[in-house]
Amino acid sequence: MMRALIKSAALAAFALGLGAASTGTAFASGTTEEPKQMQWSFEGPFGTYDKAAVQRGFQVYQGICQACHGLDHLHFRDLTDLGFTNDEVKVIAMEYEVTDGPDDEGKMFTRKALPADPIPNPFPNEKAAAYANGKAPPDLSLIAKAREDGPNYVHSLLTGYEEPPADVHLTGSQYYNKYFPGHVIAMPPPLASDGLVTYGDGTEATRGQMASDVANFLMWAAEPKLEARKQTGVKVIIFLVIFAGILYVTKRRVWRDVKH
Amino acid sequence: MKKVQWNNPVIRWVDERLPVFSYMNAEYNEYPMPKNANYLWSFGGIAGFMLVAMIVTGVLLAMQYTPNVHMAFNSVERIMRDVNSGWLLRYLHANGASMFFIAVYVHMARGMYYGSYKAPRELLWILGVVIMLLMMATAFMGYVLPWGQMSFWGATVITNLFSALPIIGEHIVTWLWGGFSVDNPTLNRFFALHYLLPFVIFGVVILHVVALHEVGSNNPAGIDVKGPQDTVRFHPYMTSKDAFALTCFLIFYSYWVFFNPNALGHADNYIPANPLVTPTHIVPEWYFLPFYAILRSITFKFFWIVPAKLGGVICMFGSIALLALLPWLDTSKVKSARYRPIYKWFFWLLVIDLVGLTYVGGSPAEQPYILIGQICTAYYFLHFLVILPLLGKIEKPLPLPKSISEPVLGAKESA
Repeated sequence: MMRALIKSAALAAFALGLGAASTGTAFASGTTEEPKQMQWSFEGPFGTYDKAAVQRGFQVYQGICQACHGLDHLHFRDLTDLGFTNDEVKVIAMEYEVTDGPDDEGKMFTRKALPADPIPNPFPNEKAAAYANGKAPPDLSLIAKAREDGPNYVHSLLTGYEEPPADVHLTGSQYYNKYFPGHVIAMPPPLASDGLVTYGDGTEATRGQMASDVANFLMWAAEPKLEARKQTGVKVIIFLVIFAGILYVTKRRVWRDVKH
Repeated sequence: MKKVQWNNPVIRWVDERLPVFSYMNAEYNEYPMPKNANYLWSFGGIAGFMLVAMIVTGVLLAMQYTPNVHMAFNSVERIMRDVNSGWLLRYLHANGASMFFIAVYVHMARGMYYGSYKAPRELLWILGVVIMLLMMATAFMGYVLPWGQMSFWGATVITNLFSALPIIGEHIVTWLWGGFSVDNPTLNRFFALHYLLPFVIFGVVILHVVALHEVGSNNPAGIDVKGPQDTVRFHPYMTSKDAFALTCFLIFYSYWVFFNPNALGHADNYIPANPLVTPTHIVPEWYFLPFYAILRSITFKFFWIVPAKLGGVICMFGSIALLALLPWLDTSKVKSARYRPIYKWFFWLLVIDLVGLTYVGGSPAEQPYILIGQICTAYYFLHFLVILPLLGKIEKPLPLPKSISEPVLGAKESA
């Protein structure tokens, strides 16, 4: 009986394994360098976000990325998840202006942002973003999930700019990055030197530190419910394992008198 | 069906007018199940559970989802971020599709190994193939709904298959799209159908179960039930066993939902659909990969006249249609592979072949994958059209036990 169970479990695992293997192969083609594998606090079944790193990452986003990239799916109120108090979030929101309206006279007006507002995009629309940059910079809310091995990819890309090999000729608005598919990227190196931001918690803002912090932040932005998900998962699995044990004993007792 | 004399007056009153209680008693309490059925027989019940789980999570998601090209992607993100436990519902539903296919594929593989499709269970098997086809249509349309890059381009590639049909093909595609490309009308109708088809599946599942209970369940020995000594009552024997099996399956399901929820999907589907940018590799979900590989393997004119694209479409649909003919393609009188020493090997060869097709389906359309895909495709058809019909004539089966109970009880007691 157990043998049959193990056999069927093996079969299911097999089916799954090949699923995972095939999605892997689908993206592994081409000569793009595999991202450097970093250690992240949110990995593993008990993973949680390193709130200090995510907060620093938000500071990097505000100071650097936000010049070009939007964060359309996030609201200021979401920042309370990072450990900001409601009042702190209000202060952060007030630094931004948003268009509201129409008012009683039918006119649009600008006002200071509130915690309930989405984080404003640096460009009024995609056309404007494309006009200013040559190509619209992608929204960053989901970038850590919209790329294979997202957090490692973000970290590698931000630190992966280098001089092009002799056979690659770049125009003025092109840069070489071995982690970018096709290696030629339009984004200028955003973390070109150390100290581009001054961290509130006194951490030294090296290029690697900023890249790692912003990767932490973008993973949180893409998957804000990760901690609740993993914590629920641990409870669910513990419950199911105990329940399965009870059911197995029940089944054994029910079948005790059957010769089979 | 045996009418029961119920003691409870209310139950008796209802049952005399509408015998639902007697029906449930006959089909889910007393139903005689061959007692040698192993845990592979639990996958039918697991698949049924997954269907219900998909309907429940799906209906709840539909309350929050907006089927409009400008809002679909954002409404899914809203479910993930702002709807209470929305992330849980969506991950249960997205991974649930994979779990449903795993359960059904294992269920079908068990049917093929133990010859469950043979007389008198041909119609039962065909209903199963119909369920699988409906599931594929439902899953495909469901994957379009989040309106990510893979949603849009998957829909474009698959609907375009119909353009391979001569003369009417282009018109069919325009009709399917409700326009001249995959756009808002396509998304709207896919949502309507994605909501409708699971209930159609549910109906066919009921027929599948009615047909099963008419002819009775097969068993690992593949021989007929001789009498009550060969069976156990469905309850409590199968209910206790299936409950344990289902809970083990739920542990496996939970792993994906809670700890690896995006591994079975594609990163590209977190990029909003963009008709102007084609992804480098358009890859369907893993459970479609063998059929996708067959489609892409036909890179040459078929019989010198059928264009490659049409040939690919015919082979892909043919590979599924062939399954419906399985009861007649397999000419062996013996059901279970346990007593078919040669078929047993060919069964596992087919499994390996399907693994190969899955691998090729997920790989880029370049050598050596094309050649491997072509070999695997050829073998797939060879298995069903040549090997199975011939094997039934050539193979010398092992002696069958006299009854299901004989191997455990000995000849005397089981007589």
